[in-house]
Amino acid sequence: MSHTQATLPDLTLKPTAPLRLKDADREGRLFLNRILAAAGIIVGLSLVLIGRLVYLQVIGHDRYAMLARDNQVRIAPLVPTRGLIYDRRGIVLAENIPVYSLEIVPEQVPDLKATLAALSAIVELTPEEIEQFKQQLHRRKRFESIPVKLRLSELEVARLAVRRPFLRGVEIQARLIRHYPYGELVSHLVGYVGRINEQELKRLDLAEYRGTTHIGKVGVEQSYETLLHGHTGYAEIETNAAGRGLKVLQEPPPQSGADLYLSLDIELQKIAYDALGEHNGAVVAIDPQSGEVLALVSKPGFDPNPFVLGISQKDYQALLNSPERPLFDRALRGIYPPGSTIKPFVGLAGLHYGLINPHRRLYCPGFYQLPGVSHRYRDWRKGGHGGVDLKAAIVQSCDVYFYDLAHHLGIDRLHEFLSQFGFGRSSGIDLLGENPGILPSRKWKRQALGKTWYPGETVIAGIGQGYVKVTAVQLAKAVAVLANRGKIITPHVAAFERRPPHRELKRLFTDPAEGEVSTDPHHLDKIIDAMIGVVHSRSGTAWRISQGADYTIAGKTGTAQVFSVKQTQDHRNLKIKDKKLQDHALFIAFAPAEAPRIAVAVIAENAGHGGSEAAPVARQVIDYYLKHSQP
Amino acid sequence: MSFILVQTNPTKTPWHRLHLDPFLLLGSVLLTGAGLLILYSATGGNLSLVYKQLVRLGLAFVVMLALAQVHPRTLYRWSPFLYGAGIALLVAVLAIGDVGKGAQRWLDLGVIRFQPSEFVKIFTPMLLAWFLSRYPLPPSLSVTALSAFWILLPVVLIAKQPDLGTALLVLGSGCAVLFFAGISWRLLATLSAGAAAVLPLAWSFLRDYQKDRILMFLNPEADPLGRGYHTIQAKIAIGSGGLTGKGWLMGTQAHLDYLPEPHTDFIFAVLAEDFGLLGCLALLALYLAVIGRGLYLALANQDTFSRLLAGSLAFTLFIYVFVNIGMVVGILPVVGVPLPLVSYGGTSVVTLLASFGIMMSLSTHRKLVSS
Repeated sequence: MSHTQATLPDLTLKPTAPLRLKDADREGRLFLNRILAAAGIIVGLSLVLIGRLVYLQVIGHDRYAMLARDNQVRIAPLVPTRGLIYDRRGIVLAENIPVYSLEIVPEQVPDLKATLAALSAIVELTPEEIEQFKQQLHRRKRFESIPVKLRLSELEVARLAVRRPFLRGVEIQARLIRHYPYGELVSHLVGYVGRINEQELKRLDLAEYRGTTHIGKVGVEQSYETLLHGHTGYAEIETNAAGRGLKVLQEPPPQSGADLYLSLDIELQKIAYDALGEHNGAVVAIDPQSGEVLALVSKPGFDPNPFVLGISQKDYQALLNSPERPLFDRALRGIYPPGSTIKPFVGLAGLHYGLINPHRRLYCPGFYQLPGVSHRYRDWRKGGHGGVDLKAAIVQSCDVYFYDLAHHLGIDRLHEFLSQFGFGRSSGIDLLGENPGILPSRKWKRQALGKTWYPGETVIAGIGQGYVKVTAVQLAKAVAVLANRGKIITPHVAAFERRPPHRELKRLFTDPAEGEVSTDPHHLDKIIDAMIGVVHSRSGTAWRISQGADYTIAGKTGTAQVFSVKQTQDHRNLKIKDKKLQDHALFIAFAPAEAPRIAVAVIAENAGHGGSEAAPVARQVIDYYLKHSQP
Repeated sequence: MSFILVQTNPTKTPWHRLHLDPFLLLGSVLLTGAGLLILYSATGGNLSLVYKQLVRLGLAFVVMLALAQVHPRTLYRWSPFLYGAGIALLVAVLAIGDVGKGAQRWLDLGVIRFQPSEFVKIFTPMLLAWFLSRYPLPPSLSVTALSAFWILLPVVLIAKQPDLGTALLVLGSGCAVLFFAGISWRLLATLSAGAAAVLPLAWSFLRDYQKDRILMFLNPEADPLGRGYHTIQAKIAIGSGGLTGKGWLMGTQAHLDYLPEPHTDFIFAVLAEDFGLLGCLALLALYLAVIGRGLYLALANQDTFSRLLAGSLAFTLFIYVFVNIGMVVGILPVVGVPLPLVSYGGTSVVTLLASFGIMMSLSTHRKLVSS
């Protein structure tokens, strides 16, 4: 009953006046209520905080204490020693040599200013070095060693060593840096290491490279980075609140990188490099049986050693801007028209497709014309070669014979057959950055240039001009396939690895064979016979290099035009003043012809005739190798 | 309407003559002293930072002592003008302020650089207390609506800088005045519900980093090495402190650089690691004592303006404490609110001690009571 009464409106007690006045008592009571409510809220929320603190600090204490201890463990990487690189006889091509740096542990130094002053009397300290040191001083902890000078000369090391007892907190730290004793001779092949840059940092396995400062940038150093680098170890160091190491908890040691033995013969490399004389160019020598690269020259080279510690911008610009382009790897990346060195392969294609009878003669008037076209494709010999069969065409390097043959083959058949020898694609050599060259076809031209193929382009492709472009490595591989009587091999520069801890030599490429060129072996014999004629018959274009040789060489010269001559001009009569526009001299060869042990490709830039300029280089290389290697 | 002079405290103590409150004074000295001790540990023994803070504290204490001498009547009269000036400065910051750490908070007057939003923390409750004391309490709906406008104006301007932490504190101090003025619980509940409804809308106005912080608060383990890292490392620091702590300067989390901002917003974690639960409780007790004293003084005040302002200032101090500790212990999202009187930094210390000064002034002067 009372319930219903309470809900009834009691009009008499309610203030009815719309005008409200201040009521001090009422406000006082209201305020007291609100203060009490606020106190209640404050106590309630404080209890929430306390509850949370109890939960974290009492109930969760063990778990969080463990997590905090884990945080106290610092992981220090133990950097592996980089593997060495040797040539096939065990001569060191890339080594690690110690350099000494001057470092200071600030907390051990009684008077830093005096110590720095004393040091600058012993070693030469530039203002930048002191500035850098001071910057580091603020950033690092007091017990950490801070470098003052990075590269000390032997004299400085000796002077410091004598005075070290009087210099507390001063340390001489040794670390290993990469050194390349053969410098420019193998600069492109061996490559170099340099400081890891930001791009590389993004794709590197950070666990492996924590602590590593250098990485292979080009050549073998780059291509075999993983093998040479080894595995990073680490030490787990427990630290106190200040970060000072207290004890080492665990220490999986680093595993040094594997040593790498190249198939390269550094002596042969030197012979080849020197044999190029004043010319720039490339020489590649391969053992045709195994695919082992015996020499891989790109001339001129450069000194890789400054790159290790960081080459100065000025020196780098000088190398980049040099007209000789020393940083450019001509053997792997330089693409050249093969010129007449392509003729043995074109001839073989003719035999394979049954387009030529090796004994049938073709009359060479000194020029060639496509049916119904007035344009004359000239032969290098102005009067022509007269009647020539396949062998004579190769021996004397008759252009007209191969113009005609290429025309009948058509570019697509030429492309299909020649690609078996590795033209137009990477040789598969175990080095990064190879240029695949160009072996044109109708499809290639449509895709690459968006244009249709003209018959005239087939004609000049037959003598290795026009769109055809090859690298020295490709040429060497192709001639090695000929030497192998059709067995296709993949060239490789690495022969053995020697991995710690057992340090046993392990062969890296056990089966270099890629397959066989599909053609009749008799056809191959015909071509090889003609190539022997190039060197050993009196009419051969490389006859001069057969003099004094007690073995048989099969070869082919090439003279590649660098710029085109107008129809009305004869470029042999032009006096070409600019050396850059002179012909490239090429030569491919293998020896001994019966049982080949070496296959060589030589490209001498702007040197002139292949027979006179490139062939002698190959002869020197072959001579040395056959004399100094076991068959 | 007549003015009557009444004496608040019949027995005049020497403290009264100095217009100081011994409890608030002692409390602030103890809190700042503890702050310096923790700061020394948090900075890894960097004395120069401690000296810098000491200088700021000296300045802040001067401000406190000076404000305590100002008569409440002056404060009352100046309230609307100070508020107006504060709003003008906030607009100026948005227009020409310096950008620091991605937010516009500073106004550079050539000689000094300051954050106007700090002053507004005091000016807003002052205006509210002034405004509400002119009407009978509890305030009518229209007075409440106007009050809400006076609160939201600076809050929106500060949030735009963007400085979410300060905006929240200003909002809290303004709402505290309304609460002490006695708005009905039902209206309070309706407003809270309304705020909850507006929350999703407010989300779209937040900056990306603010959204990140809230998401990380909700689920820090989702990205333990990224955005949730700070929250987790702070929890490890607190939890590993245990009951009695690792000892002063012995906290590994703070000194091995696992704690974010160990000397500013996360300094409570350093205390928790070094001194454990006991240290935390001691600090909390100190805060509660000071806040309690503030509320007591507010209650003893005779006029509406003084009561509302003192009550709000005391309560705001608690909001500071709760938001900061709540954030560090991981029950609130990370917003930039320092631990009052302990965190490194000058502006908030000056504002806080200024509010102490005002509380002292309000309770030690002869009152003008309008009735």
